[in-house]
Amino acid sequence: MNASHTSAFQARLDEIKIARGDQISVNEIGDVVSSLLDTLHGDVTSGEISLYRELDDLAKYIRSAKTEIAEIHPEQIRSDFIDRATDELDAIVKGTEAATSTILDCAETLEGLTANATPEHGKAITDVVTRIYEASGFQDLTGQRVTKVVNALKHIEVELDKIVSVFGDKLRKSVSTAKMHKLNDARPDAALLNGPQVAGQGASQAEIDALLASM
Amino acid sequence: MAVDLNMNVLVVDDYKTMVRIIGNLLKQLGFKNVDDAADGGEALGKLRAGSFGLVISDWNMEPVSGLELLKQVRADDKLKAVPFILVTAESKTENVVAAKAAGVNNYIVKPFNAETLKGKLQAVLGPF
Repeated sequence: MNASHTSAFQARLDEIKIARGDQISVNEIGDVVSSLLDTLHGDVTSGEISLYRELDDLAKYIRSAKTEIAEIHPEQIRSDFIDRATDELDAIVKGTEAATSTILDCAETLEGLTANATPEHGKAITDVVTRIYEASGFQDLTGQRVTKVVNALKHIEVELDKIVSVFGDKLRKSVSTAKMHKLNDARPDAALLNGPQVAGQGASQAEIDALLASM
Repeated sequence: MAVDLNMNVLVVDDYKTMVRIIGNLLKQLGFKNVDDAADGGEALGKLRAGSFGLVISDWNMEPVSGLELLKQVRADDKLKAVPFILVTAESKTENVVAAKAAGVNNYIVKPFNAETLKGKLQAVLGPF
C-alpha cells in the first residue's frame, strides 16, 4: 500500500471511529469493510489485491450470514415455539402427576378391600395392586426426562437470545408478526389444530357451553 | 436379630407419587411407621428431630440432593449409623461409586419392582 493509500485508508478509519466509536457490532462489520475497501483505489500490489478480495468476500459472507439468520426468525422461534413447548412439557408433568395420583387412590382403595376378603382373594388383590404401584413409577421417570428436555430448550433459548443480541435491532425488526406456518402440516384446518391447551389458556366446558348457547 | 418393623422409616423424594409408591410397598412388607420428606434439607431436619431406623432416598432433588443428605447423615455423630438406601434413576457407574464412597448401604435403580425393594431391604436390615 503506497503513502497516498495509507493516508486515505487512515482518514476513512478515523471517520469511522468518529461516527461509530471504537467498537462496532457484528451487524455493522460488513458495511465498515466495504467502506474501507472503497477508499483503496489506484495502484496496488498483487498481494494487496488478494487481501482486498478476501476482505470483500468476508464482507459478503457476513451480509449473507446476517440475512440467513434473519430468515430463520430466532426471536420468533423463541417466543412461538420454545416458550410454548416448555409450557406443554410442564403440562405433561402436571397431567401425568394428577393421573398417577388418581390411579394410586384407586389402588389404595382396592388394597383396603383385602381386610374383608378371603385369603385367596386378598392375595390376588395385593398382587394386582403391587403391580399397579410398580407401574406407577413411570411418572417419576417421565417427569425427570421431561425436565431434561425443558433444560435443553432453555439452553437453546439463551443461545438464540445471544444471536438476537449480537445482530441487534435490525434482526429483531425483521421478524414477521404473522404466525409462522406449522411445519409439515398441509391440512386445510392446520391453523385450528392446536392440541390440548395449557391450563388457563383454553376455554372451559362451561365457557364453551355458554358460547354455544349464545350463538 | 429380627428386623423391627415398628422402626421409623423415612422416604425422601421430590415426586409425591414415588413417596406414595415406596410408602405403600413398605407397608405391604410390614413396616408400620413410614414418614416422608420432599428433599434432603427437610429430611435432615426430620432425622435430627426424630429417631429413624432407615432412610430410603432419591438422589436428584433440590435444593439438597440425596447424595448431599447421605454425606450429612454420615458426618453427624447421632445419625451416622442409620442405614441409607438410594433409590434413583442415576445409573452411571460414577454415580454408584460416589454413593458408595459417601457411605450408602445399598442402591436401587428406578424403575424397580417390589421384589427388588424387598431384596435390598433384607440385604441391609437382615431377613424379615
